[in-house]
Amino acid sequence: MSPTNSIKTFTIDGKPVSATESETILDVARQNGVNIPTLCNMDGLTSTGQCRLCMVEIGGSNRLVPSCVSKPEEGMEVTTESPRLLKYRQMILELLFSERNHICAVCVTNGNCELQSMSQRLGVDHVRYQYLNPQFKVDGSHPKYEVDHNRCILCGRCVRVCDEIEGAHTRDLRNRGINTLVITDFDGPWGESKSCTSCGKCVHVCPTGALAEKGKSVAEMAKRRQFLPYLVMRRKGASK
Amino acid sequence: MKKETKKDKKLRLATIWLDGCSGCHMSFLDIDERILLLAEKVDIVFSPLVDVKEFPEDVDITLIEGALGTEEDLHKLMKIRPRTKILVAFGDCAITANIPSMRNPFGTEATLNHVYLEMGADRPQIPTQGVPPLLPRALPLHNYVKVDVFIPGCPPSADTIFFALTELIEGRTPELSQMTRFGA
Amino acid sequence: MTNEELLEIIEKENADTAKYRHRLGVCTGTGCMSSRSDAILKELQAEVKNRGLENEVQVKKVGCLGLCAAGPIISIQPENIFYREMTPEDAVSVIDSLDKEPLREKMIDTSEPFFYRQEKNALSNAGVVDPERIEDYIAMGGYAALIRAITEMTPVDIIQQILSSGLRGRGGAGYPTGLKWSTVAKVSSDLKYVVCNADEGDPGAFMDRSVLESDPHRVLEGMAIAAFAVGASQGYIYVRAEYPLAIKRMRAAIKQAEKIGLLGQDICGTPFNFKVDVRLGAGAFVCGEETALLNSIEGNRGMPRLRPPFPAESGLFQKPTLVNNVETFANVSSIISDGGKWFARIGTEKSKGTKVFALTGKIKNTGLIEVPMGITLREIVYDIGGGIPNGRKFKAIQTGGPSGGCIPAEHLDTPVDYESLKALGSMMGSGGMIVIDDTSNMIDMARFFMEFSMEESCGKCAPCRVGTVQLYNLLGKFQQGEATENDLFILEELCDVVRNTSLCGLGQAAPNPIVSTLRYFRNEYLEKIKPSADQAKEKSQ
Repeated sequence: MSPTNSIKTFTIDGKPVSATESETILDVARQNGVNIPTLCNMDGLTSTGQCRLCMVEIGGSNRLVPSCVSKPEEGMEVTTESPRLLKYRQMILELLFSERNHICAVCVTNGNCELQSMSQRLGVDHVRYQYLNPQFKVDGSHPKYEVDHNRCILCGRCVRVCDEIEGAHTRDLRNRGINTLVITDFDGPWGESKSCTSCGKCVHVCPTGALAEKGKSVAEMAKRRQFLPYLVMRRKGASK
Repeated sequence: MKKETKKDKKLRLATIWLDGCSGCHMSFLDIDERILLLAEKVDIVFSPLVDVKEFPEDVDITLIEGALGTEEDLHKLMKIRPRTKILVAFGDCAITANIPSMRNPFGTEATLNHVYLEMGADRPQIPTQGVPPLLPRALPLHNYVKVDVFIPGCPPSADTIFFALTELIEGRTPELSQMTRFGA
Repeated sequence: MTNEELLEIIEKENADTAKYRHRLGVCTGTGCMSSRSDAILKELQAEVKNRGLENEVQVKKVGCLGLCAAGPIISIQPENIFYREMTPEDAVSVIDSLDKEPLREKMIDTSEPFFYRQEKNALSNAGVVDPERIEDYIAMGGYAALIRAITEMTPVDIIQQILSSGLRGRGGAGYPTGLKWSTVAKVSSDLKYVVCNADEGDPGAFMDRSVLESDPHRVLEGMAIAAFAVGASQGYIYVRAEYPLAIKRMRAAIKQAEKIGLLGQDICGTPFNFKVDVRLGAGAFVCGEETALLNSIEGNRGMPRLRPPFPAESGLFQKPTLVNNVETFANVSSIISDGGKWFARIGTEKSKGTKVFALTGKIKNTGLIEVPMGITLREIVYDIGGGIPNGRKFKAIQTGGPSGGCIPAEHLDTPVDYESLKALGSMMGSGGMIVIDDTSNMIDMARFFMEFSMEESCGKCAPCRVGTVQLYNLLGKFQQGEATENDLFILEELCDVVRNTSLCGLGQAAPNPIVSTLRYFRNEYLEKIKPSADQAKEKSQ
């Protein structure tokens, strides 16, 4: 790789900051204490820019860019909070809430859910769109874990962690559009999966209650994310 | 015209529950002795807690708990809205249809059949007498009428409720996002 | 293959052609085939054989003749007669009429504007050559440009010609083709790819299909020239599986070209290698989006990737990749043969050359046309298209498919070019044009396209995945007269969020049919808004 001599300086919300060649706008924002909302992004996993919450404004352009996958350019003026961004972020959350059956009051991750806390943070106190109320099955065939697709927001974290960290690629997607579904192997019951190692990484990266440990009741499912930065750190150490 | 001050006239407060569990009202009662402070500022003109049969005219603030689950709920809401200045969706059921909406993916008929016929009751039959028909889907209030204030929570805490009411009484829009959330 | 060998083929073909007194071409495009043109072809061949005329009358299959509304069509050369609505039973009378009085009642009037107002380049061989014979293509001057390019020109020369031609991407976005080529050429890499995007999926669009079915070698030649110019050695044609005839002909064309050394190793005795493979799309509209297409070729789920990096830098298998549309490649060989300036003489200041359109909907001359850029929509609809049938009134024309918009009658005099159509809230798109008459409701139309976008959304990002469904449902409320003023507000707000926050072009453009119908036909929406309780009260008082 090229030496990191090409440091870029730019501004985030008016504050001067700098980035190495490999850093994204989101990375630099976090280093500088600017907390850009995200749902699909997770440190240690490939960024896919699909939740669209981390979109930021770039001075001189009307186009928004997803900060998790965008590299800063010299002199760029990044704005992470504006009435327009807030409105879009709120609307995206409303769309997510309207999509499946998110009923916080009876959810295992009530109080530990990123969708829930994000709605609180962004001031979404009601959803103006019609709830679509689709019918999704719950797969409880695995001895330790269960998946409730009614609570899935299709962020793709479980797919990525299984592929990139565990190396099993048990999970992927089927169907498209509103019918997109996270599947296990070739859409079989989780309990019968030959590739699943039952490591539980998918459960703990899941931002909502879609993936949970069995036997947990309402609000009992706290996610333990610490393993991911640890594993990533060990890997980086090993590759040196 | 003489400008009325707050001391001149108490605000008229109403509360009602539709398709809900009354939990929000229980939480309301949990404000305990603070209800005395409230009583200095408002008259409770209609509520499950008071003995008034007909929803009155000229209500300043109405707290509605519960989703719209039946035709009767909808009928009540349509009556309340024009008689109320500030309509408050009180708790998650009123805002998201919450628990009542869990029947939505399955439809009314399948839900009734399952609950009343398939669950092995002694005399399996679907009740039709003295109960209003279910709406096809349980829905939030704002799907039918304009809602002025949303107080999320299942139920919202007594502190949240008291704060929200105090703010409304003082003529302010309560900023609740730090105090409560869906499922709180 | 050298130039001399090419000339030999041409001479032999011309001599063969000259021996026939009459040459019958039967359109075997998908449209005419579906009305039994293959049976007509067989009947004509049998009739010629029965009468022992095999050495005097040639019967061959040709590609699309354009006027699909009149299909199945046959052409007779050198008389230049075209017959419409042929049936297998007509074969006898057609052969009878040769050397005699033509069948007047079946003749297509070639003096109509449909014929003389068109200007053909990408389609110049369509309806002329047998798409399954490379010799036919060579006889029309085919592959001369490729041989010239690789034996006499440098990649820089070639790109210079493409740049000076002003050719822009025919897939819809209109990115300057020469610029794209030079970007790919400048990236250094051990391996580069050229990809032909033939995943045409807009409802009512069949330009690319017709080009592939009618003249597959033209596309191959364009790809090979591009590969030489950018330094690629492997090409892929990504065709949707719903185009079986195009796939069959393209595969045959690749084999033929390989056989005579126009594709493969050491082309024309030079060190230039170029191999082309066909990849089939499994019917997802989003795979027409170039990064989703690349994912699909790699064997992954057809979901768009984030750009940057652009495919020119990191595309197929992370290698620099040139992705162009079928029609773009089909324009290349003539630019190399006749020069960029020749191409640039047609068109407007910023949009050069000709453009193929599939003209459908409420229009007399349904079919495939190629027109010079800058022609007005009015000329397309009323001259070439022959106007609106059944005495109805023109209401709007939808261009750009589900990503485009509608253009109302007051803008009919707009010249057709990338910028003008965009300024009207629509887009050039890949070339679908759907004419709408006054019997159609614009909300229905918007909802039709929204249903399409909703079903074709890949599901990756929430604004497109959920937003299109909400928009579709809201339009349903308007259709039923159940909408409120707040619904109109939410409709416009959703259009805004889907357009500005979706991940790929499909989502970003999905609201366009609503936005443009709101722009020009807002009244149709307002008429559907149910009066609120207060308004109803006011009315009754």
